[in-house]
Amino acid sequence: MTSLAHADRAMDISTAPLLSIRDLTKHFPIRSGLLQRVTGAVKAVDGVSFDIAPGETLALVGESGCGKTTTGRAILRLVEPTSGSIVFKGTDVRALRGESLRRMRRYMQIVFQDPYGSLNPRMTIGAAIREGLIVHQLAEGRAADQRVAQLLDEVGLRADYAERYPHEFSGGQRQRVGIARALAVEPSFIVCDEPVSALDVSVQAQVVNLLRDLQRDRGLAYLFIAHDLAVVAHMADRVAVMYLGRIVELASRRALFANPLMPYTQALLSAVPVPDPTSTRKRILLPGEPPSPANPPSGCVFHPRCPHPLKDEACARIVPPLEEKASGHFVACIKQPSTLVSTPVSTLPSADTT
Amino acid sequence: MTSPQTRSQRPAPVVGSGPLLDVHALHVSFPAGGGAIARAVDGVSFTIAHGETVCLVGESGCGKSVTALSLLRLVPPPGRIDSGSGIHFDGLDLLTLPDEQLRRIRGNRMAMIFQEPMTALNPVLTVGDQIAEVVRVHTKASRREAWESAVAMLTLVGIADPAVRAKQYPHELSGGMRQRVMIAMALILEPQLVIADEPTTALDVTIQAQILELLRELKARTGMALLLITHDLGVVAEMASRVIVMYAGRVVEEAPVEALFANASHPYTEGLLAAIPRLGADQSRLTTIPGTVPPPTEWPTGCRFRERCAYAFDRCVTEEPALVQVGSAHRARCHLVQEPERRTGTVSIT
Repeated sequence: MTSLAHADRAMDISTAPLLSIRDLTKHFPIRSGLLQRVTGAVKAVDGVSFDIAPGETLALVGESGCGKTTTGRAILRLVEPTSGSIVFKGTDVRALRGESLRRMRRYMQIVFQDPYGSLNPRMTIGAAIREGLIVHQLAEGRAADQRVAQLLDEVGLRADYAERYPHEFSGGQRQRVGIARALAVEPSFIVCDEPVSALDVSVQAQVVNLLRDLQRDRGLAYLFIAHDLAVVAHMADRVAVMYLGRIVELASRRALFANPLMPYTQALLSAVPVPDPTSTRKRILLPGEPPSPANPPSGCVFHPRCPHPLKDEACARIVPPLEEKASGHFVACIKQPSTLVSTPVSTLPSADTT
Repeated sequence: MTSPQTRSQRPAPVVGSGPLLDVHALHVSFPAGGGAIARAVDGVSFTIAHGETVCLVGESGCGKSVTALSLLRLVPPPGRIDSGSGIHFDGLDLLTLPDEQLRRIRGNRMAMIFQEPMTALNPVLTVGDQIAEVVRVHTKASRREAWESAVAMLTLVGIADPAVRAKQYPHELSGGMRQRVMIAMALILEPQLVIADEPTTALDVTIQAQILELLRELKARTGMALLLITHDLGVVAEMASRVIVMYAGRVVEEAPVEALFANASHPYTEGLLAAIPRLGADQSRLTTIPGTVPPPTEWPTGCRFRERCAYAFDRCVTEEPALVQVGSAHRARCHLVQEPERRTGTVSIT
């Protein structure tokens, strides 16, 4: 788990990764009693490692509480990681302080699920977009105005919208503002935290396409955090599946959707409702709900709900390492892969466009 | 563990006994400031047969939730159901029914499941007390009998340790469990019609799968009819026998589920189906519907979808299309049904 080089193998990338995460953990202390002593920890992120290549999209998927959002924020040090290393463009991000951290953040941006919550309601959106330009001394005065107009145009908004306030926009438009704001400082990496989850389907499609166009034009790398696997199928180069703070499977998009190996991934994919009333697909119904990350199960964290036919006491004892089971396909399961889903969840076209 | 989902095995709706619910020319309006009136629901008509599952689909602001609230006369003031609207439930005229009689129907013969159980449940009552209250209000059951049936209902909706859970408060339960409690509360008196407004939208996908399965099981068991309001066409494909698509306060298409997916006849339905991301996709560009749904005060003349429609022509500006028959039980509000040659040709969807 410590020395992964899966990005290189899965993508056959000759260049160094843009971002390299190793054994990242974030534990939130649980305090109790009169003296508020630390009595335990919520292991929100518990030993996560991956690489992201320049221009690549790695999707981080999983259900509520799996740690995907905390992982994204810990990488940007919006929450301080407990341990692990974050190397971005050869720089140890965890060692940065003050001004040098601020300078690095210019290259690492974030787009939130609800841009309404992250935009100042008393600031015009033009001023909000300008802020990054000023802070990072990229443009001022008239040059900054022009840059704002350019950015609005790039995300599909009219330049005169710069004078308007956040409440005057629809959800999809606000998300475009959030993207323009992230783009203003010319980052090479953006954490997209559920950027389309709050949007209606027709608008969601517009924003997904916009993110992909911007990536193509600017060579952006994305950490695309999402719970909607169908959106991920349209966005990702590679996909990492998280469960209870750990990555349980990581593979190229094609491999993950066509041939998921971890029982949790298989159940997750089979649970997605398919927009086809003639589908006869079988579904794996998982019993119960994910356990609390304050008190994770022993061994494999998924074992209490796991439908794998070979599950035994070893699963409750051994913490499965994330191992390469096929080229570039990493799985955390000590059992031989078993196909629980009789019908493939997806039929992929033969040509891979990546 | 695996449950087969052969959708053709769905029970056919009971026909011939008259509809269970008959909504006719429903208009709901809200004051929109400056004396303007927003007609959130603008002439919606549909029926639901006994035992049928109907899905009401559309994007934010199309009027689907307001339609659902109207059925129980729960439209929040200052919104109001306009005169001329008709809602008949099992022959009863719900809009003229005295409050006292309406209360006897609500929660008893007709129940509602909301999207966010945390706001719909009472935070200072245990979930067992809340479910038992429904029984006490509508039946002559004793306190003890009501409590026992509440615990039994919690068992039925798949809550482990129901006797313990019944004594807990909503905040002590997970989102999925709270939704199960809401379902238990809605179904405990075996209503003839359950209205579920986005019941799984706030849930994770594996929990959503559990809840949809539960609704299917309970439906098979009690023979209830289900009006499911959702924006998720995957859920529609899985649950519906019939689908009603709404746009800008109007029904724009209505069809049996197979016909809707195989032969969508309104360009809006077509666009929605094309815009859904699919698991089997290979990083293809998503088809989009340009623009956004206009607010109720800015609905265009003629066809309300025309400004976003790739096929729009002059007649769409001047004349609003009627809901016209496309096929068996299949209707669409589009001039293209009568002028199909306009669909082919040079137009392309952006």
